[in-house]
Amino acid sequence: MNFTLRVWRQAGPGTPGKMVEYKATGISPEASFLEMMDVVNEQLTLKGEEPIAFDHDCREGICGSCAMMIDGMAHGPNKGTATCQLHMRSFADGATILVEPWRVRAFPVVKDLCVDRSALDRIIAAGGFITAATGGARDANDILVPKVAADLAMDAAACIGCGACAAACPNGSASLFTAAKITHLAELPQGQPERFRRVIAMVAHHDAEGFGGCTFHGECQIACPKEISIDTIAHMNRDYMSATAASREEKAAGGTG
Amino acid sequence: MELRARVPDGPIEKKWDKHRFEMKLVNPANKRKFTIIVVGSGLAGGSGAATLAELGYNVKCFCFQDSPRRAHSIAAQGGINAAKNYQNDGDSVYRLFYDTVKGGDFRSREANVYRLAQLSVNIIDQCVAQGVPFAREYGGLLANRSFGGAQVSRTFYARGQTGQQLLLGAYQALERQIGKGTVRMYPRTEMLDLVVIDGVARGIVTRNLITGAIESHTADAVVLGTGGYGNVFYLSTNAKGSNATAIWRAYKRGAAFANPCYTQIHPTCIPKSGEYQSKLTLMSESLRNDGRVWVPLAKGDKRPPNQIPGAERDYYLERMYPSFGNLAPRDIASRAAKRVCDEGRGVGPTGLGVYLDFASAIQRLGVEAIRERYGNLFEMYQRITDENPYVVPMRIYPAVHYTMGGLWVDYNLMSTIPGLHVVGEANFSDHGANRLGASALMQGLADGYYIISNTIADYLASGKLPPVDATHPAFREAEAQIASRTTRFLSIRGTRTVDSFHRELGNIMWEYCGMSRNEEGLETALQLIPKLREEFWRDVNVPGSADTLNQALEKAGRVADFLELGELICLDALERRESCGGHFREEYQTPDGEALRDDEHFAYVAAWEYAGQGRRPILNKEPLDFEYVHLAQRSYK
Repeated sequence: MNFTLRVWRQAGPGTPGKMVEYKATGISPEASFLEMMDVVNEQLTLKGEEPIAFDHDCREGICGSCAMMIDGMAHGPNKGTATCQLHMRSFADGATILVEPWRVRAFPVVKDLCVDRSALDRIIAAGGFITAATGGARDANDILVPKVAADLAMDAAACIGCGACAAACPNGSASLFTAAKITHLAELPQGQPERFRRVIAMVAHHDAEGFGGCTFHGECQIACPKEISIDTIAHMNRDYMSATAASREEKAAGGTG
Repeated sequence: MELRARVPDGPIEKKWDKHRFEMKLVNPANKRKFTIIVVGSGLAGGSGAATLAELGYNVKCFCFQDSPRRAHSIAAQGGINAAKNYQNDGDSVYRLFYDTVKGGDFRSREANVYRLAQLSVNIIDQCVAQGVPFAREYGGLLANRSFGGAQVSRTFYARGQTGQQLLLGAYQALERQIGKGTVRMYPRTEMLDLVVIDGVARGIVTRNLITGAIESHTADAVVLGTGGYGNVFYLSTNAKGSNATAIWRAYKRGAAFANPCYTQIHPTCIPKSGEYQSKLTLMSESLRNDGRVWVPLAKGDKRPPNQIPGAERDYYLERMYPSFGNLAPRDIASRAAKRVCDEGRGVGPTGLGVYLDFASAIQRLGVEAIRERYGNLFEMYQRITDENPYVVPMRIYPAVHYTMGGLWVDYNLMSTIPGLHVVGEANFSDHGANRLGASALMQGLADGYYIISNTIADYLASGKLPPVDATHPAFREAEAQIASRTTRFLSIRGTRTVDSFHRELGNIMWEYCGMSRNEEGLETALQLIPKLREEFWRDVNVPGSADTLNQALEKAGRVADFLELGELICLDALERRESCGGHFREEYQTPDGEALRDDEHFAYVAAWEYAGQGRRPILNKEPLDFEYVHLAQRSYK
């Protein structure tokens, strides 16, 4: 198969970028999108040009590294598929394909198709965890988790942190990412003690990183390679309202002595 | 070189308790005065960094990915073993210990394996407390599944994404510490050298992958949790970035490299489809719980699978290993697949494939039950191959998956360089010559959560280290070496890409040091690899510059190290004149084609010591004693 690629090239964070055209020829329909990019990069290298930088690692749709806006769609046209699992048989022979980085204010471009997604890590650091220091845990079967709660938690926990939700969102909101973690932990009995504290801290940090607000366009759940539902955002909003209404002041002095 | 395993004496079930009491402690108020570097943020490194910070140490954690959550542990699918005996099916700590020693074909250290089996129980408790969403039964209790090499059901799982969920648990614990300022995280930063001063590990030198800056970091102890070296084969189930650079640099600074030839070929991966192929995808071993493996009885039978009647199929694992059947251990299942394909009975366009068929399970349990257990794996398979495994049997073939070898460590997980500790797949410690399924996650978390956090205190409290700073000549020398190597890469501007060399190395390794090995082939590989390495340094093309994100330069450094490590793997395979676990030497097999160990001559750990550029490395041996598990030929028949 043959393709014409129009790819965003940008040397560094502060420099202007532009779309550059490349030919990808003799590509197997069984090749993945990233393997097609590999072939193009091999040819660029042999011509003495700099290959196109893009993030990738596991190439089986679980690490969340790969991140390409393909023909204006985060991770391309297929549902529930990360870029690395998109195969060239999904495109028409001879097609022109546009390839761009995520375009979100909170994800500055590092180079070409690589962006800085560390804002997502900082949202987790703000509260996306259960405080459970190593060593003090009770027997695992002492905590009963109804199967339906475990399944809902797992659906939300499947998030790979790729940032496609924010890239697809007209507001540049990472609400689906934030809500997925909040839902995962709030569905479980272990997550209850910090439930309200967590939602307040994470939502505040999401906004502080410069992500936009959610206005329920629903683009995020279509782009999500793990098909996480926008219902998680409703869950987050509900918890956020309860948390702000029920908020109790934390006092540092309790328990010392 | 002296290999002191430092295994505590006393009965095996008391060793770890006794050792924990005998080890020195660091006063809580003093912990923050110690800086510990952790390289790698996977199950072992990430859980270790989080736990050390919780204890009060000052931790710096490094990963080459853009986030610690992307470490390759994330890709583990099937599950994690623990001797909980929740199923009341006869499991115990002792049985997990026994299965692991036997599964490793009697080439691991008993005391380490026993401790691993003991800690397995705590790991599940810890992970549940963190909110890992393990699979549950309707009553709310934890569910289990079976895995290869065991006759009990002791594997805990989170759909087909167990590694992801366990890693996210560790990652969240790590992010909590980062948020509190007790861990300083350095993503997109690659360790390029280890700095040893007065015989003791005192820091690392790194490259910032965005700016290209070469930086020195000093520490009181260094922990490597940088994973395995399976990518020396180019095509493997490892992530593209997984590399051996950190452990290889440490080896060249004096850490012994143990059992490099013990590589695991996983039996159930999606077969290769073309030359452009960049990696292979694993299909979880858990699928063998319900899938039956078969090939046509007749050679060259090209009929579609549904047109081959039952009587003309060979369910070869069930035939050859009736008591374990489709759940035979990985090394055995892989070799059996190779054998039937070598006989000309393989399936698919290349003839390198066997069927993994769910038809009878679907008939017995219904499609919904199978979807519930394996839905996401079936989807993944269909996405890659465009075939529906609910209707057409999966096609699978073995692929490089895990490396049991790694840096030699003592009972405290310290390498032969004092102060350098090695955790997870990067060390050699627990799996012998073959790892059982669902044991890698267990080992990574045991090392990180429970072992290193205890043993490092003993090291730190045992001697007083003089202060060092990054202006020390040893740091300056390492920085200068890295700078000159980088300049050299960028100035060759040859005619071949880094990937083309990597692919060629992979072909050599797979051909001569893959699923089966022989003396002549290994000798050939030992001729070919140095030639390829010479050509690499003469003719590689690394475009771009050093002061920016340059992925070709990153790859060049990793492949240059693989070109050296590949040679050591072949040398180790040549010197080990026996078959054991994943290391199958054609000259040493039983009449029915099983691995034939030679316990009299080879019941040892081969710990290779670097002897300088161009010199043959020195082989040191740590003898292995089996006090509890009797040496016997492994039988799964």
